[in-house]
Amino acid sequence: MLSEAFMRNALLAGTFAALACGVSGWFVVLRGQVFAGDALSHVAFPGALAAAAAGVDARIGLFAATVAVALTIGALGRGVLAGTGGAGGGSSSDDTAIGTAFTFILGLGVFFLARASMSSSGGSGIAGARTLFGSIFGLAAGEARLAAAVALAATLLTLAIARPLLFSSLAPDVAAARGVPTRLLGVGFMALLGIGAAEAAQVVGALLLLGLLAAPAAAAHRLARSPFAGIALAGAFAVLAMWAGLALAYAIPSLPPSTAIVTIAVGIYYLSAAVA
Amino acid sequence: MPAEVANPTLTWNLVHDVSEVLEYHFMVNALLAGGAVAVMSGLVGWLMVLRGEAFAGHTLSMMAFPGAAAAALAGIPAAWGYFLFCGAGAAAIAGSTRGGRASWSDRSASIGAVQALALSVGFLLLSLYGGVLGDLESLLFGGLLGVGDGEVLLLAGVALAVLSALGALARPLLFASADPDVAFARGVPVAALSFAFLLLLGLTVAATSQITGVLLVFALLVAPAAAAQAITARPLLSLALTVCFGLLVVWLGLGLAYFSVYPPGFFVATISFAIYVLARALAFARGRLGSGRTPPGAVAGRRPEPVL
Repeated sequence: MLSEAFMRNALLAGTFAALACGVSGWFVVLRGQVFAGDALSHVAFPGALAAAAAGVDARIGLFAATVAVALTIGALGRGVLAGTGGAGGGSSSDDTAIGTAFTFILGLGVFFLARASMSSSGGSGIAGARTLFGSIFGLAAGEARLAAAVALAATLLTLAIARPLLFSSLAPDVAAARGVPTRLLGVGFMALLGIGAAEAAQVVGALLLLGLLAAPAAAAHRLARSPFAGIALAGAFAVLAMWAGLALAYAIPSLPPSTAIVTIAVGIYYLSAAVA
Repeated sequence: MPAEVANPTLTWNLVHDVSEVLEYHFMVNALLAGGAVAVMSGLVGWLMVLRGEAFAGHTLSMMAFPGAAAAALAGIPAAWGYFLFCGAGAAAIAGSTRGGRASWSDRSASIGAVQALALSVGFLLLSLYGGVLGDLESLLFGGLLGVGDGEVLLLAGVALAVLSALGALARPLLFASADPDVAFARGVPVAALSFAFLLLLGLTVAATSQITGVLLVFALLVAPAAAAQAITARPLLSLALTVCFGLLVVWLGLGLAYFSVYPPGFFVATISFAIYVLARALAFARGRLGSGRTPPGAVAGRRPEPVL
C-alpha cells in the first residue's frame, strides 16, 4: 500500500490535517462552538468557488474564506465571554447569528458557481465536488508537503496557547480578572481553527470536515479526565480515524476515502459514549 | 430556466413585470410552493430560534442530502427520501441529546456527530449511485424554477399538517421552550415535546429544502424569525412579522431570479440576510436611544439577546 505515491501523499497530508482537527476540535467542543466550526467548514466551499470564478488558486479562496469568517465569528460572537450558554460556552443567539451569516455566504457561493459555470464551461462542477467532498487521493507531492506543514504549524500554535485558552474557556470571568486577554485568545483560536479547517477541507471536503473536528474530540471529552490527556486523546483518535479510513478506502475501491474516515471517527464517538 | 423564456428583462413598469411573471405556469407553481414553505418554515423557525435549536435545524437540513441520494439509489421520488431521513435524523438527535436535557457543549457535540455521519453516508450513497453531479447543485442550492403541480400539492399538504400540529401543541410547547425546568415540574412532558418539535422541524426542513436547496434552508428558517424577534418582543406581532418576512424573501427572490441569469438561491439568501442585518441594526439603534420600552428580543420571558 505504501509503495503507491498517491497513498504516501494522502497519509502525509491526512495525518497532520487530522492532528490539527483533533487538537483544535477538543477546544471547539469544550467551548460549545461546534456550530461555528461547522459554519467554517461550509464556507470553505464558496471560498473555493470564488477563487475559481476569479481564476486564482482555489486554496487562496479556501484560506481567505475560512480565516475571514473565523475572525468575524471570533470578534462578533459573545459566546464564551457572555457565558449565556451556562458552563462552557456558546449561546443560542450566537448560533442564530452564525446560521444567518453563513447561509448568506453560501448564497454567494451559488452566485460564484453560476459565474464560474458561465465563464468556463463544465470545470466548475468538478471543482465544486472536489471542494465539497475532498480529494485526498488526488494530492500531488508538493501539495501534500505544504498541507502537512501548514497543519503542523496550526497544531503547534494551538498547543502554544493551550494553557491560557483552557483557562479562559473554563472560567472566562476569572481569567479576564487575572489579566488573560480572553477576547484576543478567542479570536486567535478561531483564526487557527480557520486555517485547520481550510487544510482539512482539502482532505476530507467541506461537507465532511465536521466529522473530523467534532467526533474524535467529543469522544476524548467523554473518556479523558484531565484536559491535556483529552487533547492528546482527541488528536490520537482523529489520526487513527484518518489512517484506518485511508486503509479501508484503499482496500475497497468503491468506498470514498472521506466517507470511510468520517464514519470511523463517528464510530469512535459512539463507542466512547457506550464505554463512558 | 426553461428555454422558451427568451431573455426577460426588468422594466420600470412593476405591474407589467409582475403580470409577465404570472403568465408562466412554472412561475405560478414556484410562487405557490414558495409561499406555503415560507409560512411553515417561518413559524417553525420562530420556535426554533426561541428554543435555541439552530444547530439541530441545520443538521436536519443536511439530512436531505443522504435522503435524496438514497432515493436516487432506490429509484423512488426524492421527496420520500427527504422526509424519511429527516424523520430519522430528528429521532437520532432527540435520542442522543436525551430529549434536550444534555448540557450545551455535550448537545452540540452529539448533534455534530449525527450530522457528520449523515453526510458521510450520503456521500457513500451518492458515489454508489454515480453521476448525479448535475443534480447535486440543485440539491444543495435549490431549484425554485422546476416545481410541478404534484409538488405544489404535496408541499401545501405538508404545510397544513405541520401548522395544525404546531397549533395543537402551541401552548405546552411555548411553556416548555420558555422555561423547561418549571414546565417539567408542572408535569409538562418536556422530553416528548422536544422530540415532537424536532419531528415537525424535520418535516419543515425536508419541505423547505426542496425549494431552497439543502444548504440554504436557513434563509427561510432562521433569518425571518431572528429578524422579527430582534424587532419586537410581542409574540403575536413577531410571529406575524416572521411570516411577512418569509413571504417577502421567497417572492422577491423568485421574481428577481426570473429576470436574472443567477439562481434563485442567491437572491433568497441575500434578501433574507439583508432583512436580518437591518433588523439587528434597528434593534441596536433603539437600544442606543435608550427608550424605556422592553428590550428587543425578550420574547416570552426569555433573556434579551446580546446585541452583536
